[in-house]
Parts: sequence; structure tokens; C-alpha cells
Amino acid sequence: MVRNQPTALEAAIAVTNLQFFYGASQALFDISLTIPVRQVTALIGPSGCGKSTFLRTLNRMNDIIDNARVEGEVLINNANIYGDKVDVVNLRKRVGMVFQKSNPFPKSIFENVAYGPRIHGIKDKGQLQEIVERSLQRAGLWEEVKDRLGNNAVGLSGGQQQRLCIARALAVQPEILLMDEPASALDPRSTARVEDLIGELKEDYTIVIVTHNMQQAARVSDWTAFFYEGRLVEFGKTTQVFTNPRKKQTEDYITGRFG
Amino acid sequence: MNRHLRESLAIHLLRLVTYSIVGVVGYILFDIVRHGLPAINWAFLSEMPRRSGSEGGILPAIVGTLYLTLGTIAVALPVGIGTAIYLSEYASGNRLTETIRLAITTLAGVPSIVFGLFGLGLFVLFCKFGPSLLAGSLTLACMVLPTIIVTSEEALRAVPQSFRGASLALGATKWQAIRTSVLPFSFSGIITGAILGIGRAAGETAPILLTVAAFFLPSLPKSIFDQVMALPYHLYILATQHPDTDKVLPLQYGTAFVLLAMVLGLSLGAIIIRIHFRRKYKW
Repeated sequence: MVRNQPTALEAAIAVTNLQFFYGASQALFDISLTIPVRQVTALIGPSGCGKSTFLRTLNRMNDIIDNARVEGEVLINNANIYGDKVDVVNLRKRVGMVFQKSNPFPKSIFENVAYGPRIHGIKDKGQLQEIVERSLQRAGLWEEVKDRLGNNAVGLSGGQQQRLCIARALAVQPEILLMDEPASALDPRSTARVEDLIGELKEDYTIVIVTHNMQQAARVSDWTAFFYEGRLVEFGKTTQVFTNPRKKQTEDYITGRFG
Repeated sequence: MNRHLRESLAIHLLRLVTYSIVGVVGYILFDIVRHGLPAINWAFLSEMPRRSGSEGGILPAIVGTLYLTLGTIAVALPVGIGTAIYLSEYASGNRLTETIRLAITTLAGVPSIVFGLFGLGLFVLFCKFGPSLLAGSLTLACMVLPTIIVTSEEALRAVPQSFRGASLALGATKWQAIRTSVLPFSFSGIITGAILGIGRAAGETAPILLTVAAFFLPSLPKSIFDQVMALPYHLYILATQHPDTDKVLPLQYGTAFVLLAMVLGLSLGAIIIRIHFRRKYKW
């Protein structure tokens, strides 16, 4: 079992002995790791290794799957998010998520970003406008869309849509941002923009990103976790994992010998 | 017979059966318009019937059918949409939901006269509503429910799963997610179900025969506990209960024409609403 504690860094998420089951089949085995605050942590590994499943255990998005079952502990702000009295709605507000395929609502750009604040009870038009502008600016989209906030979001390009989804996630002021292959459907230029954005966002947010792209993991992340067949094989500083992996499996994967 | 011949035979045969459907519909419409249109005038539409319907207008039947249809939709739409939401969004695929689905399918296959008897037993007698707009609307609502449930559920399922995910991930409760990012996008499909329901509710005779329809009632309803005349039942009366068939034949055609026009009109209204929602929410 691997247990890596990034030393001297405050923990944003501390996972201990996490097991995950889809019905009778186990998808995650005994995962323990600590994700440091305001750093980018990349989850890598071949398809089906459990990295997306793991990501979704961090904001309990797996709850919506029938027969899903979790054992173990995930501490965020020193409270187990799988505890008895946890308000999942409040958890998801603090732990935002950006999906692989950009999924804006077929509503206006403004309404997309204002969606989160609205469902959390903000009605004041001026306040909403302020949040929308701030979030779009933070996501690097404001200059491109400020004159057409009323236009349907579906009309934006793929890269713009994904940045809109990031702005939408930021609008509810999360502490942690989970990204599930956020650039896998984007062209290289849009990918570069999203990667730059991730670099800027880590000043304020803890980011956990799932990626299939080794170079991307190496470029954007501070920490890398390598998953294989539902197990955490190696976790460490990205520079260490990529230049001097401790495990043979990790080395084989990042050098392209399998997966 | 070689393969090519069989191929062209198949095409022609399939085309023939398809066209014949259009032919039947076309003939019915043509016949009703040809004989019905000349019978239509302002007096026919705005006057009370006289001499048990053999003279005068059909105003109470028009008003009755209009009220019945609206009453049916007012009851069936909320109940149907509610059931569809529960089945598609909340219920998991277990034996209970399978049983519910079986019940809905069975309900769709129940003959309309059985609905009439059911309405008579439950709403007219047991609930003591008497023969009334209320009892008739509730009976018709039971009849159109399966259509509305099935089409609404399909419409809900057609909304991409990613909308629900996006909404939940932002901290929406399940109901908030459904209300704000599923329902609005399924309205056009739900309205399609409503259109089908309207058509059936307006045209049915058997369910209203025992629960609301009056043979001859030359006045307009004042409350939901009043009986009303209705176009399909009036048509049936004219066609079967009058000795002087030649005299009432134009009235029959006129009534059929008005019924047809009303169903089309109500459906057209629903279609316009549907187009509006389709335009508003495109993805």
C-alpha cells in the first residue's frame, strides 16, 4: 500500500482506505492519499483504472449511480464527507466539477454562470451580474463574451464552452475544483488556454485533474497519482514521478510501454 | 419470380398500403368538409338547440366539449407529468416500478366504455359528484393519463444526462436539478403528449356517456357540478335517435365539422406552444 504525505503542505483532501464498489464488482482498492491545498494534482493511468471513479468520490457524484457503495474515509476540512450528517448539496458547492465533455445548459451565457448562485438563493440582479463578470474574468472568457452575455451558450466554440463551464463552477465559490479530462475534446490551442487557466487558478483553488495526456500531466500538475486496475500505484511530486518513478509499473506507463 | 421483380413488388405493395392510409384520412376529411361546411353559419354556432337538437344551433355542445377538454388536461397533465418525473428521475428499476409500468400499459388498453363505467361508479356515485363536468373530466383524465405519462417520460429521458450532472455538481438538490435543467428542456415533448390527449378527450363518447353528457340541455353550465352537452355525444344522438334522418343529416355533418375543427384548433394552440419551447431551448 502506498501512503504518501506531501510534507509541510496543508491537506485539502485526505483519503484513507477508500474502497469503491459498483454492485458486486470493486472498482477502487484501498486508496489512501493526501491532496495538498492550492496545488494541482493529476490523476493518470490507463482507461478503466479507476481515476475518474476516484475523482467522483471526492464530490460524491457517484451517489447518483444505483448500487454504488463506498467504504473508507474522505476528509475535507477535517470532516468525513461520507459521514452521517453530511449535506451533499453543500459538499458539491465546496467541491466544484468540470466534466470531460463541456456541458453548458442551452441557455444564455449569463444564465449559465448565474445558475449556481441562483440555486443557492441569490436573487439580487446586481449581485448576480457582479458574480457573472468576476467568474467569467477568472475563467479568461470575459473579453470574448462580454458583449453577448444574452446569447445562447451552445453557440460558443468547444474551448469557450469548456471555459464557460469552468466559470460556472467558479461562480459558486468552491474551494476545490475537480476536472475530469477537461481538455480531451479540445483542439491544441484551446487545450493550451485551459492549461494556462489551470496554472492561474491554483493560486486560489485546490485542483484535481484526471488526464489521459502524459505531457499535460507533466505540464500542469505539481503532484501526480498513478492508478492501475483500481489501485494507487504511486503518488508523488510530478517531477519525481516523471523523471524518477519508484515503481516499475509507473515507469512502463509514462514511457508508453503500456496503457 | 426473380429477385428484382419481388423487390419492385414489395416496394409497390408497401407504398400502396401507406398511401391507402392517407386516402382514408383524406376521404373522411373531404366528406366532412364537403357536407359540413355548408351547414355552418353563425346561428348554428351561437344558438341553443331546439326540438331535441333537430333545429337550432349547437352552442352548448361546443362549450361543453371545450370545458371537458380543458378540465381533462388540467387534471391529467399535472398528474401525468408528476408520474413521469417520478418514474424517470427518482424510481430505480426494481420490481415495483416494473409493476407500475405494467399498470400504465394496461390502463392504455382498457376500452373507453369501461372507463365510462369506472367513472360512473367512482366519481358519479361513490364520490357523489353526480353526472357533471367534474366527473366527466376526471373520467377522461384517467383515460388519457397513460398517453401523457408515456410521452412525458420519453421527453424527460431525451434530455441529456449531462444537464443533470452539471446541475447536481453545482450543488443543486435533485428537485432543483429536475425543475431547472430537465423539465424546461422536455416541455416540447410533454406538450406532444398533451396534444394527443386533447384529441382523444375531445372526441370520446363512451366515457362521457355515463358521467356527464346530457341528451338535450339548452343552457350553458354554471358550475363544475352541472351536466353539459358534448359534440361527440350530440353527434351520436343526431345519428341514431332522430326519426327524420334527412332533416338532421346536415346538422350531423355540421357537428362533425365543428368537432374536427375544435380538435385541430386546440392541437394547433399546443403546437404553437411547442414550437416556442423548441426555439427557446435548442441544444
